Amino acid sequence: MSTEGLSHHISSRYNTDLERVRSSVLEMGGLVERQLTQAIGGITEPDARVMVRVAQEELRVNQLERSIDEDCSRILATRGPTASDLRLIITILKTITDLERIGDEGEKVAAIAARLALRERPNNRYREVRNLGEVVIDMVHDTLDAFARFDTKLALEVLRRDRTVDEEYEAIHRQNITFMMEDPRSIRRALDVMWVVRSLERIGDHAKNICEYLIYLVLGKDVRHTKIEEIEKELQAPRG
Amino acid sequence: MEQLVRSKPPEAESSGFLPVSDIDTGVIPIRASGRGMLQVAVDETRRTAALRAPVKARVEALDFYYGELKALKSLTMDIREKQVTALIGPSGCGKTTFLRCFNRMHDLTPGTRYEGCIRLLPEDINLVARNIDPIEVRMRIGMVFQKPNPFPKSIFENVAYGLRIRGVRSQIRIQEEVEKALRDAALWDEVKERLASSALSLSGGQQQRLCIARALATSPEMLLFDEPTSALDPIATARIEELIAALREQVTVLIVTHNMQQAARVSDYTAFMYLGQLIEFDETSRIFTNPGQKATEDYITGRYG
Repeated sequence: MSTEGLSHHISSRYNTDLERVRSSVLEMGGLVERQLTQAIGGITEPDARVMVRVAQEELRVNQLERSIDEDCSRILATRGPTASDLRLIITILKTITDLERIGDEGEKVAAIAARLALRERPNNRYREVRNLGEVVIDMVHDTLDAFARFDTKLALEVLRRDRTVDEEYEAIHRQNITFMMEDPRSIRRALDVMWVVRSLERIGDHAKNICEYLIYLVLGKDVRHTKIEEIEKELQAPRG
Repeated sequence: MEQLVRSKPPEAESSGFLPVSDIDTGVIPIRASGRGMLQVAVDETRRTAALRAPVKARVEALDFYYGELKALKSLTMDIREKQVTALIGPSGCGKTTFLRCFNRMHDLTPGTRYEGCIRLLPEDINLVARNIDPIEVRMRIGMVFQKPNPFPKSIFENVAYGLRIRGVRSQIRIQEEVEKALRDAALWDEVKERLASSALSLSGGQQQRLCIARALATSPEMLLFDEPTSALDPIATARIEELIAALREQVTVLIVTHNMQQAARVSDYTAFMYLGQLIEFDETSRIFTNPGQKATEDYITGRYG
């Protein structure tokens, strides 16, 4: 299926309904992405006000989540969607949960960023956070892009990156343990960094979830809890 | 792997709503796994039962003509025993024509002609063969119509009628069978006190259930429903749907419906027809979550191609 097919219903109001709920998801995604960018930016460049701004976005994100939920229930109740329409509604309902959680994780990162801004900065200026942060922001960005265009290739590409995030997370974890053992005065900072990278790793998982829903939406294949190699095979195989 | 028949129009993917070529030749094995975040009515035990269900009627290259007009084009599909198979498709696609072939309703229309066969198993008799008596066919395959059509007789006589035609003489046996049929049609409790009153005094929904009881009385192997609820209110509709679900314990059901949600709710298999052709035939859960053909998708989601 493609995004174009959305607007081909005989009922034009149905078209409008589906199109509206889809663009709300994209709007919500855009806000979440901005929250995340600000939060990570607050860590690499000290910014005591980052928390306030991220929290402001959060209000709008929550509002959108509620209104999308409502729209979806209304469509389910009145239209009895089937096939790709049904998959779209299911996908949207699940996607916004993950988006909302990405927002929550972003908020946690922002809270730590605000705290770190008041303290002395390490020599590397939290380079590890910045690197992982960039990967994760890209993942979220591409996930939304894939969602906007129903692009399963890009979704698969994002799924592949989740492994990099997990590996990076593990590496930072080990590194911080070393720091803490070498110098107990670094414990506080190391713990903060750990919280941040933990959040980033979770965000990667949420982006991955959304990409899996998207593959379900477009191809009708449920690829959750499946190894990436098997997903690749599955996507090449004809309709199962 | 289960072998379900699935027609494969080679061009339907790209051509939108109108399948262009002669399509029913391709038969490919399909996998009927229950994957997917949501499947309508997934009940694993039922599913397995459905897949193991033997074939009750085998439709093979069935053509049907109204004079010169070819209304059914080489239909091939298997109707499984004690399962509900729904026929869907836009008006004029041939679904009712197809349904009526099963109990030879077309015999009364001059100039009609059947080609190919509908084999009723296990005896393997061709229902549409000329040498097969339509009366016998109708005893074995009952039909329920869109509008309830009880005879202008008593409730009791409506159900007893088929038994009498069959030559059942024993009053006791007739009474037993009538009660059983009315119970099976979920009508007994509502009418047991007034079996002698006119069938026309019943409500529309009750009349329809009476027609189902009438069809059940002769213990048919198959029941055909031609939009059985389109003239009924939602409550009566829900009762009939409940009934259909219960009936599959004893008979094979074939139902034509314009109500897509109804097809999704009551059937195990769904066939989508268009312009006299079978476009897609698959498990209902799959047709309504992830159909294989674009034409099917467009129809069930209310799109134009």
